[in-house]
Order: sequence, then C-alpha cells, then structure tokens
Amino acid sequence: MLDDLRELYQEVILDHGRNPRNLRKPPEANRHAHGHNPMCGDSVVVHATVDDAGVIRDVAFEGRGCAISVASASLMTEVLKGKSQAEAQALFEQFHDMCTKDGTQAGDPDNEELERLQVLAGVREFPMRVKCATLAWHTLNAAMAGGDEVTTE
Amino acid sequence: MTHAAANRLAAAPGDNSAAAFDVARVRADFPILTQEVFGKPLVYLDSAASAQKPRQVIEAMSHAYETCYANVHRGVHRMSQLTTDAFESGREKVAGFLNAGSADEIVFTRNATEAFNLVASCFASAKLARGDEVVISTLEHHANIVPWQLVRDRLGIVLRIVPIDDDGNFLLDDYEALLGPRTKLVAVTHVSNDLGTVVPIKQVIDLAHARGIPVLVDGCQAVPHIKVDVQALDADFYIFTGHKLYGPTGIGVLYGKSALLRELPPYQGGGEMISSVTFEKTTFKDPPHRFEAGTPPIVEAIGLGAAIDYVASLGHEAIAAHETGLRGYAEARLTQVAGLRLVGTAREKASIVSFVMDNAHPHDIGTIVDRAGVAVRTGHHCAQPLMQRLGVAATARASFGLYNTREEVDVLAQALESVHELFG
Ligand SMILES: Cc1ncc(COP(=O)(O)O)c(C=O)c1O
Repeated sequence: MLDDLRELYQEVILDHGRNPRNLRKPPEANRHAHGHNPMCGDSVVVHATVDDAGVIRDVAFEGRGCAISVASASLMTEVLKGKSQAEAQALFEQFHDMCTKDGTQAGDPDNEELERLQVLAGVREFPMRVKCATLAWHTLNAAMAGGDEVTTE
Repeated sequence: MTHAAANRLAAAPGDNSAAAFDVARVRADFPILTQEVFGKPLVYLDSAASAQKPRQVIEAMSHAYETCYANVHRGVHRMSQLTTDAFESGREKVAGFLNAGSADEIVFTRNATEAFNLVASCFASAKLARGDEVVISTLEHHANIVPWQLVRDRLGIVLRIVPIDDDGNFLLDDYEALLGPRTKLVAVTHVSNDLGTVVPIKQVIDLAHARGIPVLVDGCQAVPHIKVDVQALDADFYIFTGHKLYGPTGIGVLYGKSALLRELPPYQGGGEMISSVTFEKTTFKDPPHRFEAGTPPIVEAIGLGAAIDYVASLGHEAIAAHETGLRGYAEARLTQVAGLRLVGTAREKASIVSFVMDNAHPHDIGTIVDRAGVAVRTGHHCAQPLMQRLGVAATARASFGLYNTREEVDVLAQALESVHELFG
C-alpha cells in the first residue's frame, strides 16, 4: 500500500511540506490574494513582487494545509522567481494539465521548471487532491489579475 | 483475522459490549459492505456523514416503485390511495420512533438543513423582532448556524453562542447565564457531529422552559445512536435527517409540538399545502401539510419507515451497547498510534472519534487510509466555528455505525501507523 502512496508523497513533497520555502510576507510585495479550499478549510495567502517590467521578482506565501498544498505552494515560489507574468501563466497551464490529464508526459526536458514540478504529477491518481496541488497557483493567478479572493470550488 | 473471526471475537462471552448483537448478521443486511476499494474490503467509518442502507430499506423502496406508486393526496384512483397510505404510514412510523404525540407533528422536508431553514424562516416571521436573541452552541453544524445568521441579517436579531470546554463538553452554567429576557429560542445540537459530545439536552430544555423559552434540538447525530423520546424531553422542535439513520437521502424530519406548528406561517407556497386557492385568497392546510409544498419525498418516506423498522428490530439499546464498545476500543487502539491525539473527549460521547496527527494533515491522513480501503471524513465537518474554537483547521473523524467491527478499527489503526511511518 505504501508503494502506491510514495508515488504521491515523494521525498521532495514531504520535504517541502515539512520545511516550506518562502513562507513569509515580504514587505515590498505588491500583489496579494487569499486562496481557500472550502472542502478542507485550507487557506493560503500568496504575496508576489512584480516589477515595472512585469517580471516576478519574488513570490512568497503564508498559510497552512496538507502536505500537497504546502509543498505545491513552496515549489511554486521557487520556480516562479524571475519569470514574466506570461511565462508564469503558461507554466500554470502546463502544470494544471500535468495534474489533471492522463498521459501528459514529463515532456519538455528543456522546461526546467515543469521538470521540477513533476514530483506533483502523482495527484493525477488522486482526483480529490488536485485542488490541493493547484490552490496556490489559482491564488497566484488571482493576485496577478488584481483579485484578492479565490476558492477552488 | 477474517471478518467472521473478528465478529466471533467481538461477540465472545464476557464482552458485554457486543454479546447481544450479532454484527455478522447485521453486516449481511448491507449489500455495499461486500464492496472493495483499491482491492481492499471497504471499511466504512463515515456513517456520521451518511450511513449505508440495509437491504430492507432498498427493497422497501424498489417494492414501492414496482408495485405501489402514484402521487399522494391527489387522486381518487386506487394507486394514489395506496401510495398515500404507505407515505402516511412512514409519517406514523417517524412519530412512533420519536414518541411524538401525533403524526401531525411530523413534517417531512428534503433534509435536515431544509428543516432548520423552515424553522428559522417561519419562527422568525411569527415570533422574532429586532434585538431578540437566539441561543446556539459552539458545537453546531453549519445547518444550525447559517439559517440563523440569515435571520439575523434580515431582522437584526442577536445570536448568542454557548461555549464548550477544551474536551468538548457543553458548558451548562454558561448556557444558563446566556438565557435572558430577550431570548426567544434555544437551538442546540443533541450530539456533536465532529466531537461526538452528547449534550445534556434534557437539562438544556428544562432550563429554557423554566424561562418560557422554546427549544429546537438538532438530532441528526443522536437518532442513530440514542433512543429519543420528544415528549419525555419536552422538546419543542426536533430535527433529524433520513440518510444518517440508514434511510434514504432526500428526506428530513421536523418534529414540532402541535401548538407551536399551528402558530407558524407557511414556509413555501404551492400544491399540497393549500385548502383552497382563488386569485384573491388562499387558505392553507393545517400542519404538517401546510409546510409540505409540492410533491413530497414519497418513496423516501416509505424507505425511512423501513429504516426505522430496521433499527427497531435490532433495538436501540443493543445498538448503543455495540457502538459504545466500538468507540471505547477505537479510542484505546488509536491512542497507541504514535503522534495521534484525540480531539473531543467529552464525558458523554456517541460513537464518533475525531483526531489529529502531529506531522500529517487530516487531508493526507484521509488519502492514505483510503488506500487501505478505509473511509473516514477529513476536514472541518461543516463546523468551522468549532474548529476555530479547538484551534485546529481540520480533523480526521472515524464514525461508527451498527455494522462496524473491531477488526475494522484495527485496519484503521494499521493504516494510521503507516501514515506515521510516511510522515514521521
Ligand atoms: C449535526 C448535524 N446537523 C445537521 C446536518 C445536516 O444534515 P443534512 O445535510 O442531511 O441536511 C448534519 C449532517 O450533515 C449534522 O451532522
């Protein structure tokens, strides 16, 4: 039984779940949104710092939740630094497909960020958990769009 | 150990908790219990969310559809007559089950939630004004919070909240202190759906009645476990939902004292609830029909009647003894799991065991035990204010029904041990 589950709970996920990176609120952040998963009550606040050229200089988050949602938020903050908003959007779409669509392969070895997010692809086999993996991303999207609230419903 | 072996063990002489109760025979009545999930036998520990259905209920309902079905209270034709009789006999059974004074005190709704909304809406129209107070408790399900908030926002009433202690006990003294000249209704749960706390409901009612305040009781989690006698309790309103009592979805029950129901205006308008309609004026039927606009849950009422017969055939006392034994076993067994803490250790509890683990979020716990075939509820259990009071975002909850066994508790405990192994 644990074998199956180790697909989902890979070491990287357990590590980011236990020791999330960028769990903070940067004072200079200029984009914020609050994300909420009504099913489990988990919530996350994403803070992004976007410069005048539209480049994401910093992403951080606050909140608590399950290992999947915390690890996903933590990984997200790492891969998005230095990306343009358009690149962030594209990455979210690829990541979303990876979490939901069967047969989406690791694919593009040039896409280093997507490669790093591959550890979360295991949620595909756990449909109830896809929302956990995508909560932080939906929240970031809302922050970028100038919204401030998002739920995964 | 096989299920049969576990059951023999559970029913071994000297084990009073289960001696009178043949759980193997009971399990044979529930077709779904032979299902497997992820190649493992289903271990269904989520009866507090919704209970499984015995063959007797399923058959009563398909029998109705196959042999006796038409709309009720409408036709002179034979089928309508027979169906009306079967439907109304469901109401009689509910009345008997709660020991209501009369079947006219039983209103059928779509679920418990609709019954709360009905009372909140109608009671507010008839009896509440700005500044009046309604007392609820920290233990409430959202179904007994949100309808009152809607009334509060509409009318400007005030909600007063009875606190609990850290173990989940309802604080009776604090409750009494909240009762004041503006208190118009007390609306509290009989059993907490998350912590299993059994609220001293008789005392709650007596204290309110001493001040002339009526009491509404949320019995959703009580009726599957406890014999309820609304007359002995002297409850003014008592609400439960069919699907947690081994009955069908789509039906809820509102018991209300006749005199009180008569004072309330209709809830929704439509067919079934009227005596006569002209475009100028409509007159309404007496309760319970006044509150049952439109075609009611006909076959669901028949199914609920069958569920009540089923529970009665086993006996509430035997069920309670079996479930209490299971809960005690589960609490002892689960606390042996490293890093596990029980949430809710009230003095009196129904067979609900909520817990958290040091390094694993309830959501992760739920996913992991699911792979072992174990269904538990994880999350806020529709009681977010309670979660806030307890200082947790969520809990995992195992809830036991009359068909569960100690062997199933063992399967859960083993699965939780692997959670600990994975998350350390
Ligand atoms: C204590 C309590 N009250 C009310 C409800 C609402 O029941 P329903 O969803 O059937 O309306 C539930 C169950 O969800 C419950 O556990």
